[in-house]
Amino acid sequence: MQKKLNLTEFNSDTLALVRQIIKRYPEGRQKSALLPVLHIAQAENNGWLSAETMDYVASLLDLQPIEVYEVASFYSMFNLQAVGNCVIEVCQTGPCWLNGAEELLAHFEKRLGIKPGETTPDGRFTLKTVECLAACGNAPVIQVGTEYHENLTPQKADVLLDKWQEENKISHTNPYLL
Amino acid sequence: MATQILLNNIDVPGLANFEVYRQLGGYSSVVKTLKNLTPDQVTGEVTKSGLRGRGGAGFPAGMKWGFIDKKSEKPRYFVCNFDESEPGTFKDRYIGQRNPHQLIEGMILGAYALGAGSAYIYVRGELFYVLRIIEKAIEEAYKQGFLGQNILGSGYSLDLYCQPGAGAYICGEETALLESLEGKRGNPRIKPPFPALVGLYGCPTVVNNVETIAALPWILNNGGEAYAAIGVENSKGTKLISACGHIKKPGVYEIELGLPVEEFIYSDEYCGGIRNGHKLKAVVAGGSSVPILPASLILKTAAGEPRLMSYESLSEGGFQSGTMLGSGGFIVMDETTCIVKNLLTFARFYHHESCGQCSPCREGTSWMEKILHRIENGQGTMKDIDLLVSVSKHIEGNTICPLGDAAAWPVASAIRHFREEFEEHVKLQKCPF
Ligand SMILES: Cc1cc2nc3c(=O)[nH]c(=O)nc-3n(C[C@H](O)[C@H](O)[C@H](O)COP(=O)(O)O)c2cc1C
Ligand code: SF4
Repeated sequence: MQKKLNLTEFNSDTLALVRQIIKRYPEGRQKSALLPVLHIAQAENNGWLSAETMDYVASLLDLQPIEVYEVASFYSMFNLQAVGNCVIEVCQTGPCWLNGAEELLAHFEKRLGIKPGETTPDGRFTLKTVECLAACGNAPVIQVGTEYHENLTPQKADVLLDKWQEENKISHTNPYLL
Repeated sequence: MATQILLNNIDVPGLANFEVYRQLGGYSSVVKTLKNLTPDQVTGEVTKSGLRGRGGAGFPAGMKWGFIDKKSEKPRYFVCNFDESEPGTFKDRYIGQRNPHQLIEGMILGAYALGAGSAYIYVRGELFYVLRIIEKAIEEAYKQGFLGQNILGSGYSLDLYCQPGAGAYICGEETALLESLEGKRGNPRIKPPFPALVGLYGCPTVVNNVETIAALPWILNNGGEAYAAIGVENSKGTKLISACGHIKKPGVYEIELGLPVEEFIYSDEYCGGIRNGHKLKAVVAGGSSVPILPASLILKTAAGEPRLMSYESLSEGGFQSGTMLGSGGFIVMDETTCIVKNLLTFARFYHHESCGQCSPCREGTSWMEKILHRIENGQGTMKDIDLLVSVSKHIEGNTICPLGDAAAWPVASAIRHFREEFEEHVKLQKCPF
């Protein structure tokens, strides 16, 4: 398992971005910036939100830490536990199921040697199941960071996995830099 | 070819760029409207058009705008619902990704009609890459003077922003969306008061779906009457249908409301028929929340009339033999499909997505998933089938928001139309598929 460095503070560029986001809301409504800022913080903290990270976000937005915890724990995209470098999220809802999502998931499990919710011992991959990703016409679908991969088959999944192995794929990047 | 209002230019290369969009006549509705029409006249055109909300509930857009509290001293907000999370629905993503300026143009028109100075597009967090496409388009629109202070010298000013969600179907429910936009958990609010009176930050607010908003430029360019001339009964204009499942050509199609369902499924212009030489078994016509119908009832009503893709025709026969147009998420299943297993994936979805505020929904969705899991895996009893019906009845109508109903209807309808299949699972003590 690679050592996870916890984020301490945003750099000046990221802080400028946060300030710009806060300006989108009326005076005193900076709490509205919470979801965008949590997305950024998670990306900067190796793909998950530690208590320290959430406390830092609370201080940035002038909120009580509990206000951040209760929100972070509500939304499924926020990881409250450490994850691997590359998080693979496999859709399992009806339309994807009709098009072979179960076989696809089984293939990922076999290739990676882990079950959904687990991380490979080398810390490279985490496997997750997720609900409908709004891409049902191109089922089955997976999400990796901000990327969608659609019309997947086990063969196509192998090609992707080989590539990600080789480049040591990191799926958590600041989505505002897209 | 049906009239194309939303998708007419969707394949033009570079459509997401301002220049390309503008050259195709984009933003002309804004130029015209800000110069010639008062906000109330805009609302009037939209009312005349008969446009109904495309997010699922089908509420008339002009009427909703009419409810906005214009006497209040508070600022007003216009919010676009781009949460798109109803299983089977993938139409808004198509617009956002390919034609973001059409959405922005519609946002300007709606915000102007409502007198909103700020507007937000709430995009589900998973679609962050689409959010970024829209943000770049917004930047262009500011540079070209279509957003910001004193738009085109009209005296009207508007700021438009995108806001990400973070993985929660319930944030598609409009009051949960507003909570989320305020930086809170996505717990739906008790209504009334409706957002038109008490919405974002306690201010008068209108929330509309992406597709509803994207239809506005055409309506303002061509007039409400021209829009109302398309369609049937109170199903006016065109509708995007996102079709998926066991069909030859899954994808997003723009239909004129009133198209026969049979033509939609079998013609080469649309779904192209059932793939692999299989036969049609069932359809979920309007996103996972609406009742499932067997082939016989989706093609024809119980009275033997051809079923049409319209609000009225799809709901003909009520819940006994009809369904709903919903969000237009059209999920097609062939005869190899296990109805119980498909339903189990939906039940798991609703259990996962319940916000947990109301016990009938929180507990009921959990039970339904468990019981269905039991039946699908060969451990169910005949009593379990009735238990499922009973649980679904106890949820329906007893919750703060319609997610409870949305979870109950698929279960009740699957058992109504496919009871033998549930019984077979129990008799065989395994899934027959
Ligand atoms: C559980 C639930 C989920 C919903 N999800 C969405 C959604 O993803 N997108 C949407 O536009 N409307 C959704 N709605 C409907 C909204 O509450 C609201 O009616 C709609 O955004 C209004 O816009 P419209 O009138 O233009 O359709 C959902 C409703 C419920 C109860
Ligand atoms: S019905 Fe379900 S999702 Fe809606 S408010 Fe109640 S618990 Fe939450």
